[in-house]
Amino acid sequence: MEYQAGSYEVAVIGAGHAGIEAALAAARLGVRTILFTMSLDSIANMPCNPSIGGTAKGHLVREIDALGGEMGRAADATFIQSRMLNRGKGPAVHSLRVQSDRRAYHAYMKRALEQQQGLTLKQAEVISIGAESGRVVSVSTAMGACYRVSAVIICSGTYLGGRIFVGEYSEESGPDGLHPARALSDSLREHGIPLRRFKTGTPARISRRSIDFSALQEQPGDEEIIPFSFMTRGPLSNRVLCHIGYTNEATHALIRENLHRSPLYGGKIEGVGPRYCPSIEDKVVRFSEKPRHQFFVEPMGLNTEEMYLQGMSSSLPEEVQLALYRSCRGLEKAEIMRTAYAIEYDCIDPLSLLPTLEFIRLRGLYGAGQFNGTSGYEEAAAQGLLAGINAARAVRGKKPVILERSSSYIGTLIDDLVTKGCNEPYRMMTSRSEYRLLLRQDNADIRLTPLGREIGLIDERRYAAFLEKKRLRDEELSRVRRRILPPGEELNSLLVSHETAPISTGTSFEALLRRPQISYRELAALDKEAPSLPPAVAEQVEIEIKYEGYIHKQLAQVEQMHRLESRPLPEGICYREVTGLRLEAAEKLEKIRPLSLGQASRISGVSPADISVLVIYLETHKK
Amino acid sequence: MAGDTIAAIATAQAPAGIGMVRLSGKEAISIAEGMLRPVGKRRLSALRGYSGLLGRAYDENGDIDEAVAFLYRAPHSYTGENVVEICCHGGAYLLQRVLRRCFALGARPAEPGEFTRRAFLSGRISLTEAEAVAGLIASSGRQQASAALAALDGALYRRIKEIRQQLLSLSAALSAWLDYPDEEQPEVSARRLEEQLSSTCSALTGLLQGYDQGKILSEGIETVIAGRPNVGKSTLMNLLSGEECSIVTSLPGTTRDVVRTDIRLGEMVLHLSDTAGIHETADPVERVGIERAQAALSRAQLVLLVLDGSQELTAADRGLLRRLQGCPAIAVLNKADLGLKMDRQALSPCVRRAVAVSAKKGEGLQELERAVQEVLQLDALDASQAMLVSERQRAAAGKAQAAVREALEALRAGMTLDAVGIAIDAAIDALLSLTGERATQAVVDEVFAKFCVGK
Repeated sequence: MEYQAGSYEVAVIGAGHAGIEAALAAARLGVRTILFTMSLDSIANMPCNPSIGGTAKGHLVREIDALGGEMGRAADATFIQSRMLNRGKGPAVHSLRVQSDRRAYHAYMKRALEQQQGLTLKQAEVISIGAESGRVVSVSTAMGACYRVSAVIICSGTYLGGRIFVGEYSEESGPDGLHPARALSDSLREHGIPLRRFKTGTPARISRRSIDFSALQEQPGDEEIIPFSFMTRGPLSNRVLCHIGYTNEATHALIRENLHRSPLYGGKIEGVGPRYCPSIEDKVVRFSEKPRHQFFVEPMGLNTEEMYLQGMSSSLPEEVQLALYRSCRGLEKAEIMRTAYAIEYDCIDPLSLLPTLEFIRLRGLYGAGQFNGTSGYEEAAAQGLLAGINAARAVRGKKPVILERSSSYIGTLIDDLVTKGCNEPYRMMTSRSEYRLLLRQDNADIRLTPLGREIGLIDERRYAAFLEKKRLRDEELSRVRRRILPPGEELNSLLVSHETAPISTGTSFEALLRRPQISYRELAALDKEAPSLPPAVAEQVEIEIKYEGYIHKQLAQVEQMHRLESRPLPEGICYREVTGLRLEAAEKLEKIRPLSLGQASRISGVSPADISVLVIYLETHKK
Repeated sequence: MAGDTIAAIATAQAPAGIGMVRLSGKEAISIAEGMLRPVGKRRLSALRGYSGLLGRAYDENGDIDEAVAFLYRAPHSYTGENVVEICCHGGAYLLQRVLRRCFALGARPAEPGEFTRRAFLSGRISLTEAEAVAGLIASSGRQQASAALAALDGALYRRIKEIRQQLLSLSAALSAWLDYPDEEQPEVSARRLEEQLSSTCSALTGLLQGYDQGKILSEGIETVIAGRPNVGKSTLMNLLSGEECSIVTSLPGTTRDVVRTDIRLGEMVLHLSDTAGIHETADPVERVGIERAQAALSRAQLVLLVLDGSQELTAADRGLLRRLQGCPAIAVLNKADLGLKMDRQALSPCVRRAVAVSAKKGEGLQELERAVQEVLQLDALDASQAMLVSERQRAAAGKAQAAVREALEALRAGMTLDAVGIAIDAAIDALLSLTGERATQAVVDEVFAKFCVGK
């Protein structure tokens, strides 16, 4: 009953945020690609927050864009409110976040996939993966189609073995009431890939008409909107307001009274949930001293009455949910349109992956997104992009692309996953990067676009625009270092107004800009020789000068680390036979199979002495 | 790894006449130059390989000791890199000061077997020796691991953990505030951050000071006995050591050379040098002895100035007292059995304490012990209190302290808090390096444990 349906080079399973980037990247690199989805109407679905970006996640979107991915452009095309978070707290933590029109985002991405040359889009449930002598060779669908393939990228999200929980109610289900993928898990287990259960959850969607907005606090978007994509031009505007509300003691009492009916506290859910994404019942239990918790009311789009209640995810029974939402000021008459639920799903231990996101023990098989144990649309898209690039390169016999931690949040994310693993869904945070003053959202293009060009995802036009921006930046940086500003009334009154010392002799633009209180914009306004620059360029000049000391320090660390990163560990090493290696280290190295000495040095349980032993081993086995 | 400059004490950590600190790496010469004041006009960096330079080693507290630096230029050295060997007198205290100066100037502590490893990597030793090197590294790694484990139970580790925890709380509060801007996180104010960092900084300073005091207890005190001839120095020394080590006669100037011996005074070990009486003399042999005595005086951690308490202060005594100003000195008024005639008031500006003893009768030793403790501030040191036990830990604590200071500077200059956070994380990383953990992970864990964040 199985039939041969054709052959492709790369098959991507799942058309969520990871699958889209994987499929687009592979197809754009000229590899014949097929993308399977359980439902064409759920492509690029946002089953949780209708939002892209946020702290560290905004950085990821910028990096995806700088490498030639799609997410940034889609977000720019479909946002309804935009805010740059953390203004005033420093350039390392500036983060862009937008509210998206969920259906418009879906439509944009579906169209992008449909129009992509070399990409076939197919609604089907993949139920098994075929392998021969440790290599992936085929995928089969529930309806009996068998496709010959060279590489497979699994981006199964929360569909894989999905089960939802609402109080005592529980059912096998994917997100948003969609079908779960039931069969693929068994096929993976047959290939010796161990699976584990993670859980996550989402709050209710309530009707706009049932909310008393006068009792809530308004949260407007930014006046001056900065887009995600380095290529987005033109006027951008906010279309909606978000609102802020609070729980109270009555809400908390309701939750405590009904805690025994929560599947998590009642012991029905075995999956591990993320600490950073707690349900409202988690917050009330763990932070019992807090008299109130904040929540946000966010529109799901322009053409819908559905409103998302950020901060109020729950798996309590439906009637308890209704009561607890209604106990909050402004939501007294709330009508639930979609009930909040917890969802449990199958995923892997990412330690079984190489830094290319390919499985160590099943070549040609890649994973990305929640399947790898992460959480978040942006984290998923970042992995999808890299998995797509690496699968395509492997098919073409090219060297893999591995981003160092010091290059990007994407590199940090993947290194954390495959080197340290994760015991809960992994979310990106700025505090996860030791290089965060280098890995800013403003310079993602400087960091990654040349690489994107080399890989083949950045076209001529875009690259030219990038080079022009870089030229402007470099020229202004060297001008600012040379330029001496004479003391003058205007300049000194500016300096004094910021409570810094006036100058009596000519002082360099650079030295003045280094004062934390003085901005580039103000200084340039008083400098007759200053060129007129796009704001993005002026921003980079300012940051590069102001934070130069810190940036240099971080660059020195990077150089230090790079010596280890650039020393590859050959694939075939049998660590148990390396003389002098401690047993614990040998076991860890056998399991994780790091690709470089740098990666090996970050594995917990591998000591500097072990690294010394490896260095010697490498030297003696060089010839 | 390779490329940075490493330093370690290369001679056995046991009492010896001469000790050596070895530096290897790109910066070895410039680091050595930063701690050696040459006697002549030549600079170390101007020398060719295989040559030496006489000078004085110094640090931020002043001169450490007379020292000779031997220079080996890459690739003609043991490791194949630039190597400088700094030799000075063998006391553990002096060598540690030299080593610490190397760290302050940018070197890092050498890993077990690292000099040999570098020698191998640069092809200076043969392939057949390689396996032996690996074995050596592994075994010293194991030794170190068990030593580290033992240290983890100690009071020191608890103290470091406390400081680390303070820093982690700060960093986590900062991260929660930065990573969850839309949540109701307590605002982190620059002023509060500055207060907390200052208190952490003093805790680290205390730890580092305690380390130096702890060192004194565990490694002994470089002590010089001084005094004009025939006041009973050698008798005192013999009394303290319980054996004849100086030549004792009643002829002035009999002690011609520096005689060294280790003695126990209560809980303390004194590395005692008896000196020739310091006085004007025409005898060339005796003059050499006097010069050595003065050199010993300048590097002493403790000076016991022996005076004849049965007499008034002489002009020679006054000369000696002037020379001792600024030294951690105790006046020992000997011959108390003959009746004290000396005016203690006249001593007080020059010495920290004065103790009456009778070396002949063996009286006054307990008072002397108490005086030493007070002068070296060991009385304040509770033996159970945390003290850093190795140079590695001191280097880590020192690095953490430097990073905290950097964070404070950034705050005071008005830098944004993301830059401050990076310096705090660097401090945490330095302290975590003792147990092999990493700041980024620890901070993230702390955020989730302490703060109610997330959708």
